[in-house]
Amino acid sequence: MLREFKILRRHGIQYIPDLRNAKVSDNLTGRPVIDKAITAEEADMVKKVCPAGAINASPFSIDMGKCLFCKECSFMLPNRIRFTNDYKLASNRRENLIIRAGEDKPVQFSHHSVRPEIRRLFRHALKLRQVSAGGDNSCEMELNAAGNVNFDMGRYGIEFVASPRHADGIVITGPVSENMAKALKMTYDAIPEPKIIILAGVDAIRGGMFKNSKAINREFLALHRADLYVPGNPVHPLTFINGVLDLIGVK
Amino acid sequence: MENALINTNPGAIALNEIPVVDYNEFYDRCRSLLQHEQNHCLNYFGWPDGKKIRYFCLIADDKQHSIYVLSHVQPAGKTIQLKALSAEITAMQVFEREIHEKYGVDFTGHPWLKPLRYAFNRYDRSKTPTTYPFYSIASEELHQVGVGPVHAGIIEPGHFRFICNGENILHLEIQLGYQHRGIENLFVQHKALLQQAVLAEQIAGDTTIGHSVAYAGIAETLTHFAEPAPLGIIRSIALEMERIAIHIGDTAALCTDIAYQLGQISLEPLRTTVINTMLEWCGNRFGKGFIRPAGSHYYPDKKFLTLLRSNLNDISERFTEITARIYSLPGVLARFEECGMVSNEQVRQIGAVGMAARMSGLARDIRISHPSMAYKDTIISSVTFDSGDVLARGLLRKAEVIESINYIFRLIDQYNSLTDNKNLPEPDFNLSFRQNMLAIGLAEGWRGEICHTAITDDNGNIIHYKIKDPSLHNWMALALAVRKEEISNFPVNNKSFNLSYCGFDL
Repeated sequence: MLREFKILRRHGIQYIPDLRNAKVSDNLTGRPVIDKAITAEEADMVKKVCPAGAINASPFSIDMGKCLFCKECSFMLPNRIRFTNDYKLASNRRENLIIRAGEDKPVQFSHHSVRPEIRRLFRHALKLRQVSAGGDNSCEMELNAAGNVNFDMGRYGIEFVASPRHADGIVITGPVSENMAKALKMTYDAIPEPKIIILAGVDAIRGGMFKNSKAINREFLALHRADLYVPGNPVHPLTFINGVLDLIGVK
Repeated sequence: MENALINTNPGAIALNEIPVVDYNEFYDRCRSLLQHEQNHCLNYFGWPDGKKIRYFCLIADDKQHSIYVLSHVQPAGKTIQLKALSAEITAMQVFEREIHEKYGVDFTGHPWLKPLRYAFNRYDRSKTPTTYPFYSIASEELHQVGVGPVHAGIIEPGHFRFICNGENILHLEIQLGYQHRGIENLFVQHKALLQQAVLAEQIAGDTTIGHSVAYAGIAETLTHFAEPAPLGIIRSIALEMERIAIHIGDTAALCTDIAYQLGQISLEPLRTTVINTMLEWCGNRFGKGFIRPAGSHYYPDKKFLTLLRSNLNDISERFTEITARIYSLPGVLARFEECGMVSNEQVRQIGAVGMAARMSGLARDIRISHPSMAYKDTIISSVTFDSGDVLARGLLRKAEVIESINYIFRLIDQYNSLTDNKNLPEPDFNLSFRQNMLAIGLAEGWRGEICHTAITDDNGNIIHYKIKDPSLHNWMALALAVRKEEISNFPVNNKSFNLSYCGFDL
């Protein structure tokens, strides 16, 4: 018994008190900021290098829905592109994930376009079913971490559940492999209405490096509109939690 | 005619130096090599080359630290029959299943020639995961339990089919393939080195560093890049950090599965500290972006190395204290001891690698047998246990965490004492690969042996890429472990292995 107390005492307080304003390392790779003085030549150079095709050269922008956060563009142009440690990257509008040259402001969340029933019904309790459809297990591990003793999103009544019948929505990771397309659809269909769709990670949002693979089938995502896009490779637990809180209207 | 030999890791050999022998000769050579305890098959795969398919079998010699390369050629596009090596060498079953699935080779005498991963480019597209006839036993006394592909937690998909006698598992069949993304083909489609490097990071996200160093090895051996000592050291530190993080996280998960909450909650934040230290180093908790070919963006400064040392010191103390408690509690031991045993004979038979081999007395470890990076000069000790049960897998993780921490301390000292820390290479994405080569890169990830193989064409482009995650062999260990166990013991066994779905499905 004494040994348990000793372990607990050393364990101390591990949870992050304020998830909305958590302080993180300066080195976390978050929202990019681009100097508006970036030249056409420089833009062309990094566009060619970007492994994910996330860069548009003119007008210059980085699409966080495609970005792998590998930072190679900022290594090439350290004076033009830098990645801040702003982890609040999620939005309910796909176009809000595009960061343009000269912009340095938080990612926009279009509160007016959230379906009203989401906030009415899920604000105090949101049960989610997770389907990994070709995910590489890093996003999955981060979603697990969102519920661990450090991040503890359960404090907001947000929880992952074991059955679609118990769920209010689905969190999809991975580019959606052909072999998972049917199971994904079946899981979504088994969730009672009203329900939400959250895309977690670059693979789910746009297919990532897999978007041209013949083993991928993204038909489900062509037919259904997502309620929340959470960028990352993988998504950071704080990015996910803050995105969900924005969606359900928790201040 | 002698067998072709690769003597280094990573290493490469010209395609025209690999003798092609007829199948009977190939069969005899493979069999005679694989009968020796020191040899095991790293990979055996086909490469479609025009109207024919050329097969390569890579056999590691753990004592000589070398790799034999054997080859035979068969016509493409039609069903042919070959005598199965797996009839005599069971461990070959998984490779022959893959060849059967992809190229329609009918291996006679194979113990169970069933689909492997339902690759998009499989020979027979009419076979799908939904139409697969699972193994069944006709008896009114028995019942079946089907689990997946979507599982109860936040975990990758796969299907487990149990045949149970009351509460006890008679047989478990594991059918995967749901995660198949066609990643091997993308290494051919994407010609840019940076694209290939980020692909390697996504083969299995929990083994980002393991797979990335195997790819970097391929890229570097194909360009004669000589890895400077500091680069080898930081890569090895990152590989051990990955091992420490996962082992701690899995120990926490083992505690969760037996409802020992103190173990769970006290270990979870330790893993957080490890991965947050990686974030401090490279901006990503899983080390994505860390490994790049021919150099690094992340040579550490003194300040980071001090932080690394102090974090690991703290983790080492707390981990030792907690695990001492966990593994002395009768309630824990009652669940772990003699649960899910896999014998030494079984792990040899199925060709288990890494943790799944070392838990049962089979000392297979690439860091020792085919060392690269810092492991060449600074020997790490590889731990083995004998009992092959959940307890052995738990204690193995515990011992490896401590060993890896101590190893990193030694590497930090070495890094600090290096005098030639000037002009260290930055990553280079403009390398051109040697033409018409077969290159191989091996690494010991936290699960075990990772093997990447690449073939280049006349222009030095990769025209075939082959990945092997340790899970390819080790899933069979899980299926064997739970035989005769109560089905309620499945989760704790599953967690004790924690095998990769996407690494298997590719």
